[in-house]
Parts: sequence; structure tokens; C-alpha cells
Amino acid sequence: MSHLPAVLADGVFYASWLFLIAVGLTLIYGVMRILNLAHGSFYALGAYAAASAAGAWLAQGYAPFGSYAVLIVAAVVAGCVVGPLIERFLLRYMYGKDEITLLLVTYAVLLIMEDAIKLLWGVDSYFLAEPYGLLGIFEVGNLIYPVYDLALFGVAVVAGIGLTWFLQYTRTGKLLRVVIHDREISAAMGINVSRFYLLTFTAGTVLATVGGALTAPMISVAPGIGIEVIVLAFAVVVIGGLGSLPGAALGALIVGLARASAVHYFPAAELFSVYLVMALVLIFRPRGLFAGAEVRKI
Amino acid sequence: MRYRPYQALGLFTVVLFALVGTGLLLPAWQFLTTVALAKGMAVLGLMLLLRTGLVSFGQGLFYCLGGYAAGSLGQFWGITDALVLLVFGVAVAVLVAAILGLLMARYRDIFFAMLSLAFSMVLYGLLVKSQMLGSTDGFNLATPTLLGFSMGGDAGSFPLYVMACVLAWLAACGLYLYMDTPLGRLSHAIRDNEIRVEYMGASVYRAIYIKYIIAAALTGAGGVVAALAVGHIDPEMSYWVTSGEFVFVAILAGTGSVLAPFLGSIIFEVARSLATQYSPDTWQMILGVVMLVIILFLPGGLWSVFAHRRREPS
Amino acid sequence: MRFSIRQVARAAALGVSAGVLSLGLGTSAMGADPIRIGVVTFLSGPAAGTFGVPVRDAANAVLEEINAGKVPAPYATAGFGGAPIEFTFVDEAGGTTKQVTEFRNLVEQKGVDAVIGYVSSGDCLSIAPVAEELKKLTVMFDCGSPQVFEEGEYKYVFRTGATGTMDSVAAAMYLDRRGVEVNMYTGINQNYAWGHDSWNDFKASMDQLYPDAELATPQFPKFLAPQMGSEISAIMSSNAEVVHSSNWGGDADTLILQGVPRGLFSKKRVILTVGEPNLAKLGKQIPDGTIIGARGTFGYFAPDTELSRWFKEAYESRHKIQPTYPTYKMANAILGLKAAWEKAQEANGGKRPSQDQIIEAFEHATFEGTGGEVRMALGKGHQAMYDTAYGTVKHAEDGSVQMADVEHFAADEVTPPEGIKSLDWINSGFKN
Repeated sequence: MSHLPAVLADGVFYASWLFLIAVGLTLIYGVMRILNLAHGSFYALGAYAAASAAGAWLAQGYAPFGSYAVLIVAAVVAGCVVGPLIERFLLRYMYGKDEITLLLVTYAVLLIMEDAIKLLWGVDSYFLAEPYGLLGIFEVGNLIYPVYDLALFGVAVVAGIGLTWFLQYTRTGKLLRVVIHDREISAAMGINVSRFYLLTFTAGTVLATVGGALTAPMISVAPGIGIEVIVLAFAVVVIGGLGSLPGAALGALIVGLARASAVHYFPAAELFSVYLVMALVLIFRPRGLFAGAEVRKI
Repeated sequence: MRYRPYQALGLFTVVLFALVGTGLLLPAWQFLTTVALAKGMAVLGLMLLLRTGLVSFGQGLFYCLGGYAAGSLGQFWGITDALVLLVFGVAVAVLVAAILGLLMARYRDIFFAMLSLAFSMVLYGLLVKSQMLGSTDGFNLATPTLLGFSMGGDAGSFPLYVMACVLAWLAACGLYLYMDTPLGRLSHAIRDNEIRVEYMGASVYRAIYIKYIIAAALTGAGGVVAALAVGHIDPEMSYWVTSGEFVFVAILAGTGSVLAPFLGSIIFEVARSLATQYSPDTWQMILGVVMLVIILFLPGGLWSVFAHRRREPS
Repeated sequence: MRFSIRQVARAAALGVSAGVLSLGLGTSAMGADPIRIGVVTFLSGPAAGTFGVPVRDAANAVLEEINAGKVPAPYATAGFGGAPIEFTFVDEAGGTTKQVTEFRNLVEQKGVDAVIGYVSSGDCLSIAPVAEELKKLTVMFDCGSPQVFEEGEYKYVFRTGATGTMDSVAAAMYLDRRGVEVNMYTGINQNYAWGHDSWNDFKASMDQLYPDAELATPQFPKFLAPQMGSEISAIMSSNAEVVHSSNWGGDADTLILQGVPRGLFSKKRVILTVGEPNLAKLGKQIPDGTIIGARGTFGYFAPDTELSRWFKEAYESRHKIQPTYPTYKMANAILGLKAAWEKAQEANGGKRPSQDQIIEAFEHATFEGTGGEVRMALGKGHQAMYDTAYGTVKHAEDGSVQMADVEHFAADEVTPPEGIKSLDWINSGFKN
């Protein structure tokens, strides 16, 4: 139908956004076996930090194109402050415990961060009017899309390839994969596992905050955006396989296209289509579409 | 594991009378405690699963089903008898659990948690879509009756309060007795090492399936009572944050005793009510910090302060 | 006995401190006991920025003005009939169970004389029966669901805010009155009760006014959806000329932020039925031609009366920004209660009226509000109705937002009469 190009475009753009949101989550789980419920709060933190910083930048009348850099920098700074703080002073003491306990710890962090964000930024909504439209528009079929969406797609592709390259070809990346595979042996071989955990958690946090920052120009940054995003990110990660990077990309693509199709062809299903897909994947391929079989240790 | 049924049941009965008495003395707290006991029943169901080594992040599904079943019976068929509503609510929850349990019993750990969350969110989505059921506004429940006598309105909140207390007492006694049956004791065994249980000849799958249904029944009953007490139901009951609240209380209370969920639930409701009044901007933070403290320093939950035991009795 | 130890202790403490205070400070300008009112509104969560916080600010501004006796006639008496008023604020966030608990706390533990509040329809629906049970005067000021009084009858509950029906009905009528040609229309509304109800009202109205117009698939992005791209694409690729939206707050912002660059607002005529509060921040981004509503003759549409000028001045002087429609509605609730209170007091020979007397005075009352006259004419005298208006955005040369092509709608034109359900009334052809 004539809807098809729109569905593809919408699906891909939505998927890029989803991938950027979810990739940090899957990375942290893959390395540290922590399902980070606070991921949504980091996303919100990044969005607020970016909205404030870029908002101030634009209000001062500086070059509008600089606002993009400000967005990213603000998010990276926020992530680099909060991530190590939480990892060092909290998670470090929890590593021996089982996954469920760690999940609950991250839930507690979520609660704390929700109020912390509210204390820092209040309950008003923030928004950035210029950056979204600044890059201009382009057409797909006879539909107009902002170039920003295309740029987001580009960023997602770059991030995905960059991370994959990092894990496959750099020394640190290879060591990280060793740590993922078996923590004890890595430690026994002399790898500084605790430093890798710090690095990974910070990287995951920064990915979340940057995801939030890049979303900020498209939305009204208000209380509650973090909570709404968590389950979505979970669904994507679970579908693709917890801990798998290509899985996150595939999961994002599936959810993106599913949602775009639902909106164009069958809107009634939109709300729970994501959870349904998640449930179906959990039923038939619980480890996700990309994860390999896990060896059971008796 | 020391099992002293007479002493335990006696203790529970004393607690029952104490609760009812306190309710008479402090009528302003009746409503809060009724809701706390209802949620406590949901947490009790969760506790059963926790003792089996499973964390459900989707008990809200059954809580919501119980509430909506009771509400629908009243709304569409005009039935207000509280016992009928209760039985129907539990029946609906059990029916759904019997179907879902066939699937859920195959999963563990994170996957069990995620799948339970997914199902509860599917129900949420369905309810929000349903304009007949009021979407996010939900709908009100008529004042319940019991054998012709009104349980609300002019009768005040006391009759419903007593019903909640009695139900909680029944649930606690029932679960206590259950934990001593072979199937009940299997919980701890499964949590420790499933493979050995299989080697022993017991079916882990069947045990978990049954416990899942029991937990759903308890949670569904809690949902009915909560719906009757508040007089209103909405899809929020199935949202993952509601399930998260049950998990929070379960951790807070610990799994040490069948009384723990109720104690924990009451403490939580009171603390939250006070916190939102006196510190409306930071009560979530306070909750989060409390949770961390408990996980770090009191892994057995608050109950371990009472019990002074590391291992769990029933 | 219904007194708990807590209440006895509190009463004793109050008694002692009242005694000390009155000795130490002398009498205040008004020597009567204060009237304590619980005010419930969103102080956290997504609705706080649009509704809760401005409403709280407005309530405080009005409280100060009332207690100082600075409100124009007929509200010139200080306080309520000479007694000062006090507010206790409660956060409306957290769900219906929590709200019921907080309401009971306000009534049973804090012992307030009345409760004003509630933006969320779910909360209104669940609180109304509790107010009846506890026999406490409750004034709802903003929630939109017609169900409260269409499907229930209450003695202690009043609503000074009109239902949401008139917003979407007036939107359709605005199109008709301005002679807008509509061959196909669609909508993008939040996927929850408010969005569903608003869309249903609009669709039914359009069926009456534009029977030949076709419908393109309406969209329902979920509440607080960060991404409306697909929905916007679906609308843009349809042939709809008019797009209805009851999005508020963050969702309205998102629709504007994501829709404007893609030409949604310039290629289609978008109606934002409750878009007035968003104009303050995003007015510059919204292109000319967008149709805006304010749930009544508030804000841009407020009549130039002494009362509306007073309110605007009272709010702006304290908070430096223009008041939006939720603030007007909160002021109306307070003023309506004051009018009823004072009328009952006068009938009571100048003595402080009982709750039943106030209720009797409030029923079927007509009082002047910040946006014009308010008539408590529905719900057996408990539900308000008043006029509304719609306008089109037109930017002045300096870029500021102006309202052009303003159309007024009398209350009777856009509100179902007593005893008839909203959709039935619309489907009957708006028969009065």
C-alpha cells in the first residue's frame, strides 16, 4: 500500500531511537549481569541535563548548531558523574548477590533518582524548540521528515558499529568479552575485573544519558518520562537477547516496525503490541533471538 | 524447622483479636489498615513464590483481575454480596493462573520476573483500551453487603475491616498449615537445588504450578478486598509499579513468617501516608534508601529483627 | 466515641497554642475561627507543571486577596463572611487508592471544613462516593468526566468546572460556524479515558454537523509517549483536513515539537481543545491557523470584567506569568464556595453557617466567576455550566500570539441538559 514507505521510515527511525535507549541496558546486563531498572532514570537525567544546558546555551544567543554539542556534552558529564558514583558506592557491595537482589537494588536507585531529579529540576517541563527542526527536512514519498530523525538513525548505526568494533578489535574490548564470559577465571588471570565493571557501568550510564539528551529536542522533558521508557527498553533487550548487542539492534528493529505497522494498519493493537511480542519471545526463545545456549552449572 | 501448629494458630488468633480491637479504638485508621491487609494478602502470595526462589514482578495481574471481577459482577449483574464477590474474584484469578501457570512454571529467575511483568502489562493495555470498563478512569463499586447487611456507607468502615482481618487470618493460618505439607516443604527444597528435588522423584514443575495458583488466589482475594474498601478500581492495579510495590513490601517484611507480609504492609502504608504528608517531595527517595538499607543490612527483612533467626521457620 | 488518642492530644495542643497565640499577638484583623480547606492538586508527576503547581499558586494568590478583602464586589467581604481561610495542600499524584486515603485523612484526621480539588477524572469518580460517606462538602474544580453527575447523585459534592463534553462539541461547532470545509477529518488523542471521551464527543458532533465528512483512522499514542512519529506520519499521509486533539501538557508539547517541523500544523488545521496553557511556552512555534480552546471563557477568551482583571493582576503580580485556564477554574471554585458560604451566613442571621446550610445555598446558585457567569444548573444543582469560546492563532508582527476569529458559545448550545447523557444528547442533534 502507499503506506509502506512511511511504515518503513517510521519503523526505522523509531528503531534507532529505541536502540540508543536500550543499548546501555543490554551492555550492563551482558557484562555485570545486572538488569538496571534505574536505566530509565539515567535517560531522564540525560534529558533534563541536556534540556537545561542547551536551553541556557540557546537563550544566551550562541550558535544554534552548537546546541547539539552542548546536548551531548551535558549528557556525558551527567553520566560520568552519576555512573561511577553509583557503581563505586553502592553496587560494589552487592556483587556477590543474586540477580533478583541486584534488580531490587536498581529499583531502589530508581526511586531515589526520581526524587533527586525532581529536587534538582522541579516539576516544570523543559523543552528545546530549535534543535529538532534546525537541520532541515527531507521527504520520503510525500511525507516530510526532519533531518534530525535521519541523523538519529546515523548516530544509532555509528554507535552500534562503534561498540561492536570496540568489543571485537580493541584490546580493552577483548578483555571485556573475557570478563563477560567468565568472571572468576578472568580475575584469576590477573584482569582487573572491578575496574572493568566500573568502566562498563559508566559506559552504560552514559549511553542512557546520551539517549535521553538526543530525545530531549523531540519531547517535553517532564517528570515521569523515565518510568515510561524503562519497560520499553526492557522489551527491546529481552527480545534481542539480554547482553547481546546485535540482539538489541534486532529487537529495536522488530519493535520499531511492529509499532509502526500497528499504528498505520491496526491502531487498536498499538498499546500492548510491544508487551505481546515480548511475551511471545520469552515463551518461544526465552534467551532472546540472538543469545546462545547457556551452560548450566550444577 | 520447628513446626508448632497449635502455638502458631493460637498466636494468629490473638493477633486477629488485637487487630480488631485496635480498629475499634482507632477508627480513623480502619480504612488504611483494611487496604494494608488487602495488599498484605497479595504480598503473602508473593512470599510463597519467594520462598520457592521465584520473584514475580507481575502479581498486579491477579490483584487487578480480582478487583475487576468483583467490580464487574456488581456493575453488570448488580451483585453486591461481599462473599460472592470474593469467591468470584478468586475464581477468576485462579482460572487465569491455571492457564498462565502452565507456561510460567517453566521459567526461573529473571525470565520468570520478566514474563510475569509482561503479562500484567498486557492486561493493563487491554483495560486501558476497553472503554466499556472505563479505560483509565475505571469505575466505582457499589457498597458491598453481607447476608443483607450493608458493609459500608452508613455502617462505616468497620464491617469491611473485620472482613479483611478475618480473611488475613484465614490466609495466614492456611498458608502456615500448607507449609508443613510435603508440597509446602518442597518450596525451600526447590529454592535450594531443583535438580536434587527432581532426583528425589518430585515434580518441580507441578509444585511450582500449584504454588503459582495459590499465590494468584491470595493476590486475587487481596484485590477484591482492596476494591471493596476503596470503592473504585482502575487499570493502575495491573501496572508494573503496583507489582513493584508488592515486591518492595515483601523485601521489607522478609519471608520469615506468614505474619510478616501483613506487618510489613501495615508499616509501609502508615509510613507512606506520613511521608507524603510531611515530606511530599522526598518520600520516594526515603523509600529507596530504606530498601537499600534493608537489602544491605537486614536481608531477612524487618521480621528478622523479631525472630532473631537466620533460618526460616514457617 | 469517635475520638482517638491522637485527636485528643491534638485538640489539647491546639487549645493551648491558640490560647498562647491570642494572648501574645492580640486579635487578628478578623477575630473569627479560620476556615480550613483541603486543596488537592498535582504537586508531582507529569501533570504538576501544567495543572498542579499553577493551580496551587493561584489558590495561594486568591487566599491572600480574599483574606485581605481585596476582591471586587460581590466578594468584597474579607475571608468567608469575616472568617479567614486556610489551605492545606495535598498531592493528587499516586493513584486513586492513595487519594481516597488522603481524602479520609483530610476529613477525619485534619478535620477540614471543605475540600477543593481534583483534576483527574479517575480521582473525581472515586472520591465522590467517599465524600458522601464522610458527609464532607467537596468542590471539584477541573476533572472533565461527565460521569460524575450523569451516573450518580450527590448531596455533598459540587463541581464548579464544566465537563469535557462542551470542549469537543464546541470545537466541531467552531468549524461549522467559521464555514470550514471538511471532507475528511481525524484525531490524535492520548490513549486513556480523557482522550477516548474527547474523541468520541468530537466524532459524534461531527456526525451531526458534517454528516458527509469521512473519517481517517484516529490515532491514540500512549500517555506521555516520547515518540509520535508514526502517528504523525499516518495523519500526514491521509487526506484529512482537520485534526482534533485533546492532548494536554507534555503530550501537547510533544505533538507541537514533533509535528511542526513535519508540517502537521501548516498542512492541516489542528484543533487543540485544551491547548491554551501550551501557548505560553510554545506559542511562537505554533503556526497561524491552529484552533485553540481553553475549556471555557478563560485566559485569552476571558471577558473584560472587573473580576477577571482582578484575578489576572493578582496572579501575574505574584508569579510574573499569565494565568492559564486551570488557575481560572481554581479561583472559580474558591469564589463559588465563598458566595455560597456568605449567602448561607446571611440567611443564618450573620452567624457561621452549618454545612447543610452552605449546601442549600450552593445548589442551583449562580455566581460570577473569573471567566464570566457560572450557573450550578446541572446534576440537581451540583454541576456547573458556563459559556465557552474558541479562537485561531494569529501571530502579531512582533511575534506574540493573538487570538483571531474568536467565536463564543453559550452554555446551552454546548452542554447537555439535565438528565441526558452527553453522547445521547449529541446524537439527538444537540436537542435541548
